[in-house]
Amino acid sequence: MRQVLTGNEAASIGAKLARVNVIAAYPITPQTAVVEKLSEYVANGELNAEYMRVESEHSALSACIGASAVGARTFTATSSQGLMLMSEMLFVVSGLRLPIVIANANRALSAPLNIWCDQQDSFAVRDSGCVQVYCENNQEIIDSIIQAYRVAEELLLPVMVCYDGYILSHTAEPVEVPDQAEVDKFLPPYKHPHPLEPEKPVTMGPVGVPEYYEEFRSMQQQAMLAAKHKLLEVDRDWGKRFGRRYGLFERYKSDDADILLLTAGSLSSSAKELIDRYRKRGEKVGLVKVRAYRPFPGEELVDALSHAKAVAVMEKDISIGWAGALFTDLSSAFVDVKKGPLIIDFICGLGGRDVSPLQIREALRAAAKAAETGEVKKPVRWLGLREKVVGLGM
Amino acid sequence: MRYVLKALGKDVVVSMATGCMEVVTTPYPESSWRVPWIHSAFENAAATASGVAAGLKALDRKGVKSVAIAGDGGTADIGLQALSGMVERGDNVLFVCYDNEAYQNTGIQRSGSTPFGAWTTTTPIGKLVRGKDRPKKNLPAIIAAHGAPYIATASIAYPLDFINKLKKAAAIEGPTYVHVHAPCSPGWRIESNKTIEVARLAVLTGSWVLYEIDNGKINVTFKPPKRRPIADYLKMQGRFRHLTDEEIAEIQRMVDEQCKGFGIE
Amino acid sequence: MGGCTTKLTAGAVIIEPGSSAKYETGSWRNFRPVVDEKKCTGCGMCWLFCPDSAVKKGKPATIDLRYCKGCGICANECPFKAIIMVPEGNR
Repeated sequence: MRQVLTGNEAASIGAKLARVNVIAAYPITPQTAVVEKLSEYVANGELNAEYMRVESEHSALSACIGASAVGARTFTATSSQGLMLMSEMLFVVSGLRLPIVIANANRALSAPLNIWCDQQDSFAVRDSGCVQVYCENNQEIIDSIIQAYRVAEELLLPVMVCYDGYILSHTAEPVEVPDQAEVDKFLPPYKHPHPLEPEKPVTMGPVGVPEYYEEFRSMQQQAMLAAKHKLLEVDRDWGKRFGRRYGLFERYKSDDADILLLTAGSLSSSAKELIDRYRKRGEKVGLVKVRAYRPFPGEELVDALSHAKAVAVMEKDISIGWAGALFTDLSSAFVDVKKGPLIIDFICGLGGRDVSPLQIREALRAAAKAAETGEVKKPVRWLGLREKVVGLGM
Repeated sequence: MRYVLKALGKDVVVSMATGCMEVVTTPYPESSWRVPWIHSAFENAAATASGVAAGLKALDRKGVKSVAIAGDGGTADIGLQALSGMVERGDNVLFVCYDNEAYQNTGIQRSGSTPFGAWTTTTPIGKLVRGKDRPKKNLPAIIAAHGAPYIATASIAYPLDFINKLKKAAAIEGPTYVHVHAPCSPGWRIESNKTIEVARLAVLTGSWVLYEIDNGKINVTFKPPKRRPIADYLKMQGRFRHLTDEEIAEIQRMVDEQCKGFGIE
Repeated sequence: MGGCTTKLTAGAVIIEPGSSAKYETGSWRNFRPVVDEKKCTGCGMCWLFCPDSAVKKGKPATIDLRYCKGCGICANECPFKAIIMVPEGNR
């Protein structure tokens, strides 16, 4: 059934369709509508779940751990500072191998305090061992939340579904809402292999002494690498049942392009529009939109990008002192590849700053220049920065 | 912990905070637990246990009790927020705090539950600082202020009293709290064989009062017949060795006032 | 390591409840409790207070030396002074 939904509504309905048993979440802009909508569904009996009004995000994820460990399907949602507060437990969830799904409305990090969109929050926790998926639009959000449970429960890994704060969370778009009966066929009930139950007592979360710790980390890594295939398997099944497929990343007019943009999240939509305009003029440009960021589809991206002369990565995050996460991970995928494109990192859209068509053009122009000259003088650049405002240039 | 599990039986799910008990009972691949047990972090035993309770409810698993266990650190300091949230929400969890009056597991650093005047590694005895200069945090009062239906204090020297209180607390559907005093021989600087004796003296000197708060009503479950001077308790422990007669007198005044409040002579 | 493979459970979950019973801590002792059968009345205080569950109730009480760590609480608490702590190695 087609409805006009905001990103937050899409996320809530996704959780509802997935028939989650326990919700523990703490409100934070711009995720608040998720918490409120789910509260409504539970209050009027539309969703049969236990709703926990936890007192912090750290407790939200901790409560999800307790619930998931006894065998309940759990959901939480957060953003920015909340994600940071929760971050200790993100690593724990992955280490405990619990299939919790976390929706994250991408928002900039303090300080300075900022409630608007950028991707720093989820990139900052990329080491946590959560599968990370970035959504381009609200359709992708609702589909990803439901798919996330299949991936999470079949691999026993947490999955984080990321979507841009305000740009998606608060913007309404037409969305095809999957039918509950169809979702039930797609998503069987959650069965943990050895949950906490008195009939068969187990101990979860022991001390991982040096004799064993490395092996457990390795097992996690194997599971995360297997997630690549799992994501594709689930994607194929979703495509069969609902007619929509996303893959690990999307190749948008990229196969014959010399110059490529690489993006994640809603920026991909804006960039696609510009690609279309350039193509109308006969210019061979394209876009690769990253959807699965963890596990990082390094080999597959090398495959999709090798033919290009230059790639402009556009991302809304920066690891202060070096470069953005997408650029860093992408570059490392090419490290042993003999012939690859020149790669430039464009930091943009921080703290909710609008990424305009002019900025996207600038990125494309710079990539074209690099392709022409065969060199990149400055690999990391900022778009939309007002140098005069920065003043002393410190 | 024996007493806890004796009182509660096997139909429990235990959520434990990082601490002495957690570390010594679960070095992979060994576990001392024959009941379902989970450790996730230090400050969230109450939140994890609340999640367990919600999960059990959602899955309609009747007759299984969610129990949170943490030391004084994981209860009074880093764990306080989660505990406060659990009680305020009215979650069906029995929270047991085993109080050895410092962060013992990491080597005897002070906690909010360390008593006034005690030596710890972070409140050492020197020229400028002489032990902990703040009183012990009153956890039962804090939980009572949240309106929990049942709160109790206990001591490992009075196991039957402890077990009775645990049974009472577990039977109540809602947030309950039992706080058990448990000396630590290296942390308190006592010989290990004196552990129970010291715990008993804490009660006999009125320093540790055994009581319950049952729906807001305070009930002292043991009144020492002839309250012994606090010096008897303090002199047994190396962590109080530095105290002057004046300081001991001050502590005696604090104990006297506490006992007055409980109607203990 | 010697050619022996252990199967690890994902998430470091310990599936065998009470597996620590395999680890006998008796070797940690410096002192061993010895029960005087004549003085022991079988009151069970030693069993009640032993932190390691290493005492078996009875008249006389018996000590499970596989796990007893020699803390001495039983000897200290016995109302009849029926237990003494003897240094290990003193047969």
